[in-house]
Amino acid sequence: MNGLREALWVLLLGSLLGLELIGKVPPTLHTPLMSGANAISGITMLASLTLIVRAGDNPVLLLLGAASLAFALFNVVGGFVVTDRMLAMFSRRAPAERGGRSN
Amino acid sequence: MALSTTLSWAIDLLAVLLLALGLKGLSKVRSARSANGLAALAMGLAVVGLLIQELPGPQAWLWIAAGTAIGGLAGLLTAQRVPMTAMPEVVALFNGCGGMASLLVALAVALFQSSEAGLVEIVSIVVSVIVGAITFSGSLVAMGKLQGWIATPGWTQGQVRHGVNIALALVALVAAIALPAGPAGPALPLLVVASTLLGIGVTLPIGGADMPVVISLLNSYSGVAAAAAGFVVGSPLLIVAGAMVGAAGLILTQVMCTAMNRSLLSVLFGGALGGGGTGHVGGGGDEAGYSRITSCSAEECALALEGAERVVFVPGYGLAVAQAQHTLRELAKLLEAQGTEVSYAIHPVAGRMPGHMNVLLAEADVPYEQLVEMDAINPDFPRTDVVIVLGANDVVNPDAKTDPSSPLYGMPVLEVDRSRQVFVVKRSLGAGYAGIRNGLFELPQTAMVFGDAKAVLQSLVTELRSAA
Repeated sequence: MNGLREALWVLLLGSLLGLELIGKVPPTLHTPLMSGANAISGITMLASLTLIVRAGDNPVLLLLGAASLAFALFNVVGGFVVTDRMLAMFSRRAPAERGGRSN
Repeated sequence: MALSTTLSWAIDLLAVLLLALGLKGLSKVRSARSANGLAALAMGLAVVGLLIQELPGPQAWLWIAAGTAIGGLAGLLTAQRVPMTAMPEVVALFNGCGGMASLLVALAVALFQSSEAGLVEIVSIVVSVIVGAITFSGSLVAMGKLQGWIATPGWTQGQVRHGVNIALALVALVAAIALPAGPAGPALPLLVVASTLLGIGVTLPIGGADMPVVISLLNSYSGVAAAAAGFVVGSPLLIVAGAMVGAAGLILTQVMCTAMNRSLLSVLFGGALGGGGTGHVGGGGDEAGYSRITSCSAEECALALEGAERVVFVPGYGLAVAQAQHTLRELAKLLEAQGTEVSYAIHPVAGRMPGHMNVLLAEADVPYEQLVEMDAINPDFPRTDVVIVLGANDVVNPDAKTDPSSPLYGMPVLEVDRSRQVFVVKRSLGAGYAGIRNGLFELPQTAMVFGDAKAVLQSLVTELRSAA
């Protein structure tokens, strides 16, 4: 960390950005938006990766890192795919995108 | 080295920009799908940027590959197989796993932190552990409740629960203060256990009806947990993204609360109002509260449909539970074939989660144009011949407009009582989510059709077919 002060600025500005980004959301999109934001919160996988890379030869650290990476990726991949599945249903006008889906 | 640092720095900036654009695009129908892809791309970029900078060794690559394969594959399979009706549960599950990831990172760092760990490190580890554990256990409880695996235990409705939760929070606080003394001591396990139990303790008393709000809030928490993990490992990108999701989740939670006419405080601390999704704990409003109820059979309902020129369906939670959206679409097609004008009135909080009903009906191939939002369809009810309410209750309660003593008073509702004839398809006269009596049921133009939404729709389809 290049200093706590910078990190706190980043935290503050990031929070303000988040507050501003989602202003008026049509109810139709509440569920997909929640699911998409949820996928983004899996960004904690960056921390998992950092942990693994800096673990050296420590087997406990490597294991914890890999486990948290798996959990985070489960969140990320699952979240984005599920969101896409939901949103695909709203874009009916492109029929080519249908088909091949099990549900 | 210098080049790769500059490169990864540039990639990080680009990733943040794309994440923000993605989150923004997700809140507009037209751009939502591509925005989702954009956000996914941004996440991929962020990973690339990190790997360029950190340059993992062969052993690290092995562990990265293992974690990626297991988590990615499990996520992909789960996401592809889950039925649309189970979406809220799955979002809860994913969310819980995100919390777990932050928790594990913080644990690992706490166990092996260098001796000169400063206050900032300690605080961010503590926050990450607490919020991560609460997110994890809370999300799993939310999922269990939505699935109907977990009921609402009676004791959680009493005042005892506040005592229990406060005690748990105090234990977590004490453990957090004791943590710097050394990672080997009992402080760390105590912190994890107390936080996990706290997550269960605060989620368990909340009724199924309010679960979407809770999931949204927990989603916000997992953003906070990610930001805390960003402080732990010193990643500005993680802090920005976590803070963004945390704040956006908070807004979304607030929007949902407004749509449901509930305050966040009463959702969190008010306990279950009737047990909702789990069908447990009868709050108020039992069957004895009604008089002047007219009930009728599916045949009579079909007869009315045959003569109708304009029909509006009001789908609700009961339709989602019965998975009857496809049968509903079939019925609508039959009606359209006989020249009837069909539309669907969508209340902002219809379904199990705001927007969930749109997804379900889209899945059943209902044309998007036929889904009409509340404000657009309310003026049309007086010229509607037949309204069929399918497993919705509070969102069509006229008391919300007329009766100041009703708990729903002030909530915007679908004004189906202004149409010529209303059929309410419902399992029984039991109360809705909120355990509130519904004046609609007693109106002269209203008839109840008792039964499972899918079974009733099926017999309506059969009736209409035989008539044709």
